[in-house]
Amino acid sequence: MNIIYFDNNATTKVDPVVLEAMLPYLQEYYGNPSSMHSFGGQVGKAIKSARLQVAALLGAEESEIIFTSCGTEGNNTAIRAALAAQPDRKHIITTEVEHACVLNVCKQLEKQGYTVTYLSVDHQGQIDLAELEAALTGNTALVSTMYANNETGVIFPVEEVGALAKAYGATCHVDAVQVVGKLPLNLKTSTIDLLTLSGHKLHAPKGVGALYVRRGFRFRPFLLGGHQERGRRAGTENVAGLIGLGKAAELAQQHLDCVNQEKQLRDRLEQGLLSSIPDCQVNGHSTKRLPNTTNIGFKYIEGEAILFSLNQYGVCASSGSACTSGSLEPSHVLRAMGLPYTILHGSIRFSLSRYSTDAEVDRVLELMPGIVDRLRALSPFNSDQADWLQDREEALVVR
Amino acid sequence: MWEYTEKVLDLFYNPKNQGAIADANEPGIAVVFGEVGSIACGDALRLHLKIDIASDTIFDARFQTFGCTSAIASSSALTELIKGLTLDQALKLTNKEIADYLGGLPEAKMHCSVMGQEALEAAIYNYRGIEIEHHDEDEGALICTCFGVSENKIRRVAIENNLTTAEQVTSYVKAGGGCSSCLAAIEDVLITVQRETAATSQRLATEIAVAQETAPTTLTTVQKVTLIQRVLEEEVRPVLLADGGDVELYDVEGNTVKVLLKGACGSCSSSTATLKIAIEARLQERVLSTLVVESV
Repeated sequence: MNIIYFDNNATTKVDPVVLEAMLPYLQEYYGNPSSMHSFGGQVGKAIKSARLQVAALLGAEESEIIFTSCGTEGNNTAIRAALAAQPDRKHIITTEVEHACVLNVCKQLEKQGYTVTYLSVDHQGQIDLAELEAALTGNTALVSTMYANNETGVIFPVEEVGALAKAYGATCHVDAVQVVGKLPLNLKTSTIDLLTLSGHKLHAPKGVGALYVRRGFRFRPFLLGGHQERGRRAGTENVAGLIGLGKAAELAQQHLDCVNQEKQLRDRLEQGLLSSIPDCQVNGHSTKRLPNTTNIGFKYIEGEAILFSLNQYGVCASSGSACTSGSLEPSHVLRAMGLPYTILHGSIRFSLSRYSTDAEVDRVLELMPGIVDRLRALSPFNSDQADWLQDREEALVVR
Repeated sequence: MWEYTEKVLDLFYNPKNQGAIADANEPGIAVVFGEVGSIACGDALRLHLKIDIASDTIFDARFQTFGCTSAIASSSALTELIKGLTLDQALKLTNKEIADYLGGLPEAKMHCSVMGQEALEAAIYNYRGIEIEHHDEDEGALICTCFGVSENKIRRVAIENNLTTAEQVTSYVKAGGGCSSCLAAIEDVLITVQRETAATSQRLATEIAVAQETAPTTLTTVQKVTLIQRVLEEEVRPVLLADGGDVELYDVEGNTVKVLLKGACGSCSSSTATLKIAIEARLQERVLSTLVVESV
């Protein structure tokens, strides 16, 4: 069965060119870049060029890139580094819709005496800069927000966030895992101090990422040990992974021009679903959104059941429903947006990539109406007027 | 990805008995439904039953389910399991039998089978005119406010499924799966349940052994009545109370034990089953194999 992979915000296919660039470093060039022989030294040179490739994609300098193992490590490192840089400040500002690797770090920091402000989002998933400004004080060490949300694709005004943070002397960290490779970046002229990216979201393999650290920032390492990454991230380099990330960054730069094609495909998918299926809506801002992502709530049915129905045809997507999270609660992102339960549980995210095709969009458009119809026929709810819903206000009301 | 059995996937992709049952006002036939869950919870089941009044038997069963793959498969399995059963037989169905029919469910999905069992109970109670709401008042303290789960519900599912950890309780009845602030309270309930179960069987075993030793062939009337009283108190009543029912010893004449069924049991026509299975069999096992239980 052919796989239709519309789950690129979860992970992406390794570009064959990336794999090809990596293979020599898993085979003949196995030297340790820290070694004092040219067999290892040549590997060090390859890492340098990978670092340049990543820096180029971000509009940054080579010395501003620290390689990491993943986005989670990048975010953990960035938050700890920002707090260590200003140890007297005990306040953190983030948002309600961050990834767990930011939220759970913040929850732990609260237990260690920090105060954390979680900015709310509106029904379109957007933060309010006025709320941020009101929360900022001279005690704020860090403002950490996503660049774009992984579930809805909603893009935050990070430059404005950074400017406000700067005005209060706070560090601005941005989790850009979903953005790098999808939107052009130029950190040279940016207000962002720290920025996280992850390789496997841009067609590099899993297990590699990078953290951008603005030159001059008083960085404290998270992993202690050897002198790798100029003492800022100890541990023998994941050489092949770094080479892969470098190559992926170079390819992403080339593909930035084609992002519009991806957007056209996404728009066609979105419009097609909205017009062929009643009672569904897009979750997230209509325009301030990643070009590859659409999150659609199908009323009266449950997301996991939709995913298993799609899976039968080899279509890969994801859902914010409770039954997919293993936590019994639906997505914290969609809940923060105040969406009614009729929509929350039936939300499906389709996230495309440069490999997505017109034929794949056609196939999903062909399958979805039948899948939704079948599940709705099984459901005891079929409209907001369903008798069983009438005394269940919370199901319908936008909070 | 959830590891579903072939049976779960088959009943999800090709569900049996989906839909509602329209009441055609056929003579001798009753059509009822029972509801469990809500759209806020993420799963909801409306179970429809067509009951032959004279034989108290389920003629047909259909389901409407809002929920995930395993919720739909569990609902469909439930309808297959109960068709042809008398209502008393159906009331004995446990969530475990639904899960077993499906070849098992991932533990985190066991609550789907519990939902099936509860919808069945709701439908039959509905038919028999037993108020489930009234049930709620008796159900003891609310432990999980996120999902509205009472202490008694946790006790019942823990006893029936031999649950030992709070995590398992979350998988079975969702309690603790929201803000997770009640996990400690759930553990307390489990500890109490385990302690009670262990203590009860220990004590009864000892007492029966002693009684049988001291009177190897026959129990004196006082010994017999005391033992019956104790078994009812410690083994039977907790189970009935969890379902909103109760029992009281009225009299013992020879080997005939007369009891008063109270609460939900009193008005419940499955009381015959309760009498025979929950009370008589237990007394026969624990006290004397020739005992017969009657309700007065």
